[in-house]
Amino acid sequence: MRARVVAIGKSTLIAVVPIVLALVVMGILLAALGRDPFTFYADMFQRGLFEWQGFQESIIRSAPLLLIAAGLIVAFRASLWNLGGDGQFLLGAALTAGLAPSLLDALGVWPMLLITMAIAMLVGGAWTIIPAVLRGRYGVNEIITTLMMSFIGIGVANVLVKGPFRTDVGGVARTDVVPFDERFPLLFGTRIHLGFVIGLIAILAVHVLMTRTSLGLRMRILGASPRAALHAGLNPLRLTVIAFVLSGALIGLSGSVEILGVQGSFRADFNPAYGLLVIPLVFLARLNAIGSLALVIVFSVIQIGGESAAREADVTSDVLLVLVGLMLLFMAVVEYLRVRRGLGMAFVPPEVADRLRPPGGEGGGGAQAGEPRPALGAEKAGSR
Amino acid sequence: MTSDPTSAGPLLELHGITKAFPGVLANDRVDLELRAGEVHALLGENGAGKSTLISILSGMYRPDAGEIRFQGREVEIDSPRAAIELGIGTVYQHLTLVPTLSVLENLMLGSHGGTGRLDLASANDRFAELARLLGVDFASGARAGALALGQQQQVEIMKALWRQGSRVLILDEPTSMLTPQGYEELRRELEHLKDGGLAVVLITHKLHEAIELGDRVTVLRAGRKVGSLAPDDLRGRSESELSARIVEMMFGEQAAELADAVEVEAAPAARESPRRELGAVALRVRDLALDADDGVVGLSGVGLEVRAGEIVGIAGVDGNGQRELAELIAGQRRPRRGEVLLFDEDVTRLGVREREARGLRYVTDDRLGEGTVGDLDVAMNAVLKRIGRAPFWRGGTERREEIDRFAEGLVDRFDVRTPSVQTRIATLSGGNVQKLLLAREFAGEPRAVVFNKPTHGLDVRTAEFVREQIREAAGAGLAALVISTEIEELVDLCDRIAVMSRGEVTGEVENSPGVEERIGALMVARAGAGVPAGSAS
Repeated sequence: MRARVVAIGKSTLIAVVPIVLALVVMGILLAALGRDPFTFYADMFQRGLFEWQGFQESIIRSAPLLLIAAGLIVAFRASLWNLGGDGQFLLGAALTAGLAPSLLDALGVWPMLLITMAIAMLVGGAWTIIPAVLRGRYGVNEIITTLMMSFIGIGVANVLVKGPFRTDVGGVARTDVVPFDERFPLLFGTRIHLGFVIGLIAILAVHVLMTRTSLGLRMRILGASPRAALHAGLNPLRLTVIAFVLSGALIGLSGSVEILGVQGSFRADFNPAYGLLVIPLVFLARLNAIGSLALVIVFSVIQIGGESAAREADVTSDVLLVLVGLMLLFMAVVEYLRVRRGLGMAFVPPEVADRLRPPGGEGGGGAQAGEPRPALGAEKAGSR
Repeated sequence: MTSDPTSAGPLLELHGITKAFPGVLANDRVDLELRAGEVHALLGENGAGKSTLISILSGMYRPDAGEIRFQGREVEIDSPRAAIELGIGTVYQHLTLVPTLSVLENLMLGSHGGTGRLDLASANDRFAELARLLGVDFASGARAGALALGQQQQVEIMKALWRQGSRVLILDEPTSMLTPQGYEELRRELEHLKDGGLAVVLITHKLHEAIELGDRVTVLRAGRKVGSLAPDDLRGRSESELSARIVEMMFGEQAAELADAVEVEAAPAARESPRRELGAVALRVRDLALDADDGVVGLSGVGLEVRAGEIVGIAGVDGNGQRELAELIAGQRRPRRGEVLLFDEDVTRLGVREREARGLRYVTDDRLGEGTVGDLDVAMNAVLKRIGRAPFWRGGTERREEIDRFAEGLVDRFDVRTPSVQTRIATLSGGNVQKLLLAREFAGEPRAVVFNKPTHGLDVRTAEFVREQIREAAGAGLAALVISTEIEELVDLCDRIAVMSRGEVTGEVENSPGVEERIGALMVARAGAGVPAGSAS
C-alpha cells in the first residue's frame, strides 16, 4: 500500500516537474519579449480556470481531447502507434456534420445524435483496419500506414464536405448548420455539453478496460512482448485489429462530439489537429488514463486561458505552442534523468547513490530474492 | 607478460571485497588471489556473488569496501577503462561479435585508435600473435557469423586480450555453449594462455569443470568465500575426493542430502535411468520442415516420437533448430511441411491455445523475453496462459483473489523465492523465474511437455529439483521432450536421446553407459559447411 502511494506520488512528480519547468522558461522568454510573465500566467489561469465562463470553455475543449486520449491509450498500450488520429477525427466529424441535418429532419434529435455518433465510430474504426491487418499479418510498420491513411482520411473528409455534403448557402464550402438547440444537450444550465460526459465515461472505461479486464491485459501483453503474447496463446492479429479498431472508433467519436457539441457544421479545411496534440499528453501521463484525464484538462486550461492571455499581452497565440513544446522537451529530459539514475547508479559513490534512491529502494527492499540483479536497467539497455 | 610466471608473487589480489545492493549483500569480505600462469576457478551457485566479483574486477562496479592490489600496489578499478588499462580483459557469457563483420574488424572494433585510421598491418600482426598464443587457426578475414560457436568464443578471447600487455583474462561461464570437443579445445587454449603467463579467472557453476580446468579453486556461497583449494590441494587427488570437499564447502551440513545432485555433475555416466512403463505414443512429429529466415534456423525432415511416460532428449549445440522444433510443436510457428500429432490427433493446424487445451505444454528457454512479461507481477505471470478463463476471470473481469491464491499455490509447491506474488517478476532471479514457469506448465493436466533447456543457468540444487519433477511427472504418465545442450543432463534424465544438427535429426540413441561419445559425434555429424568446433587446431 505504502509502496503504491510512493509510486503514485513519484509518477505525479514526474508529470508535474516538466510543466513547472516549462512555465519558468516560458516566463523568461516572455520577459525577454517585454511582457510580464506573472501577468500573463495570472491571465491564463484566470481566464482558463478561475473565471466561470473560461472554465466552462476549458471543459468544453477537453471533451474531444478526452476521447482522443482514450483512443490513443488503447492503441499505445498495445504498442500500436496509431498516428492517424487526425484522419479518423475529421472523417467522424465530416460524416456527422454531413448526415446530421437530414437525419434530424427525418428522425428527430436523439436518433440523429445516436446514429451520427455510431457512424463516426464505425468510420473511425474502419479507417484503422488496413493498417491493423498489415501490421498484424505482415508486420508492416503502422506508423507509416496510419499516417498515410490519415492523409487519405483528411482528403476524403474535405471531398465530402466540398461535394455531396456541401450546403446550398454560398460562401466557404461547408455543411448545413445543425441548429444550436438540436445539438448535444447542455448540462445543468451550464454551457458544458453532453460530449464532456461522453469523454469522461470513455476515458474511465478505458482505464477499467486496461487495468481490470482480460482483453485489456491481453492488449498490454501484446504491447509488452509480442513473443510472450504468442507463447501465451494469444492471437496477435486479432488483438491488433481489436485494439486498432477500438482506438479509431473512439477518435472518430471525438470528431462527432466536436461537431455535435461545438461546431454544428464542418467548414472545408477544418482541422484542429487534436490527434497530434494529444499524443504527447498521453505519453506525459505514461499511458495512464486517469493521468491523461488530468493532463488533458490542464492542457485545455492552458489553451483556452492562454489564447485570451496572449491577446491581452499582445503576443501571438503561437507562444502557447512554445509553452507546450517546452513541456514536452522537459518531459523528455526528466524521463531521461529518471532512467539514467536507475541505470547509472553503479557509477556514483555509494553514499550518493543511497541518497538518490527513493525511500524503500527501487526493488522494494527485499524484492531481489536470491540472486542480486543490480544491472536490471543495464540489461534492458542491451549492454549484456 | 611476465618472464617467469610461476615464481612471482600474486599478480592481482582482492582483500575483503564487500559490495551490497538493496536487500542483498552480494560480496561479503571476499579475498581472491590471481597469479600469472594459473587458472583460478571461481565456483558457486547462482547468486553466490561470482558475477558481482568479476564486475568489480572489470570496473563495472566499485566495491563498498576492500582493496585491490595489482603487483602489490594498491589500485582503484573505477571504470571499465581502468580495468583495460591494467590489462584485465573479460569474456562474457553471451557473444558480442557483430556477425556480418570479419574477425579482424570485430577485433578492431574494441580498440579505439587515436586518429580513427585503421592500421590493418599491425592489427594483422596482433591477430597472428594471439592466434599463436591461443593455438587456434582461422583466417582473420573470415566472417564472424560463419564461425562455429567455439571459434566465435576464441575470437571473444582474442578481443579481450587485444590490447598489448594483457595480464588477466576473465572468462564468464565459458563452457555453457560448447560441444564436448569445444570443451577440450578450450582446455588446450587455457594451457596455451598459462604458458603465455596470463592469469585466468574462470567462472563456473559446474564442479567438474572447476576441478579439471582450475589450478586453484575458490568457492563462493551467498556472497562469501567459503573455501578454496590451492594447487597443492588439487594435485594428486581423485576427482570424487575433490568433489566431496567442494560440496562440503558449498553446502556445508546439507552435503549429504545433495550427494544425489552432485552425482550428475561429477560422474554423469554412473547413473542408470530407471525404466518406466511406457504408454501410447503421445507426441509424434513427422517430416517437419521449416524455411530458414532471418534469425530462424531451417528444419528439414524432422521426425520424433515420445510415448506417454517416456523422457526423450534432444541434444545438440545451441542454435541448431531445437528452438524452432519446440515452437513448431507448441504451435507458435507453422511448418512448411509435415505434421504434429498429439495422441494420434493431427494438431498441425491448431493454435497454441487449442494445443494447450489438449494437454500440450511448452516450457520456453527464453524465460524473460517469452515465458514471462517482466512488468507484470508474479501472480499475473502464473496465469499468463489462462487469461480470460474461469475462475481467474469472470465476465472478462479479473478476480484478483483467485489469481493470487493460484499463484501462491504454485509459489509454494515449487519453492519460488519471492517477497510476494504481487512482486514484479522482472525483479526475481533467473532460477526463481524458471521455477515459476515450470510450476505454471505442470499445473493442470499436462500430457506432453516440451522442456527447452529446463535447468539452464540453475544452481545444482534447483537443477536437480527440476529434473526430479520431470522424472516424477513422467512416472505418472507424462510424455516429456527435453531439449538441452548439456549431455550429462540428458544422459541422467532420458530414455532416448535424439541429436540435432543444422536443422536435422542426425541420429537417435538409446541411453546406455558410454553414450556421450556417440552423441558428441552426432552433434557435429553434418555440420560440414564450416570447420567443426572441435577440430580447429
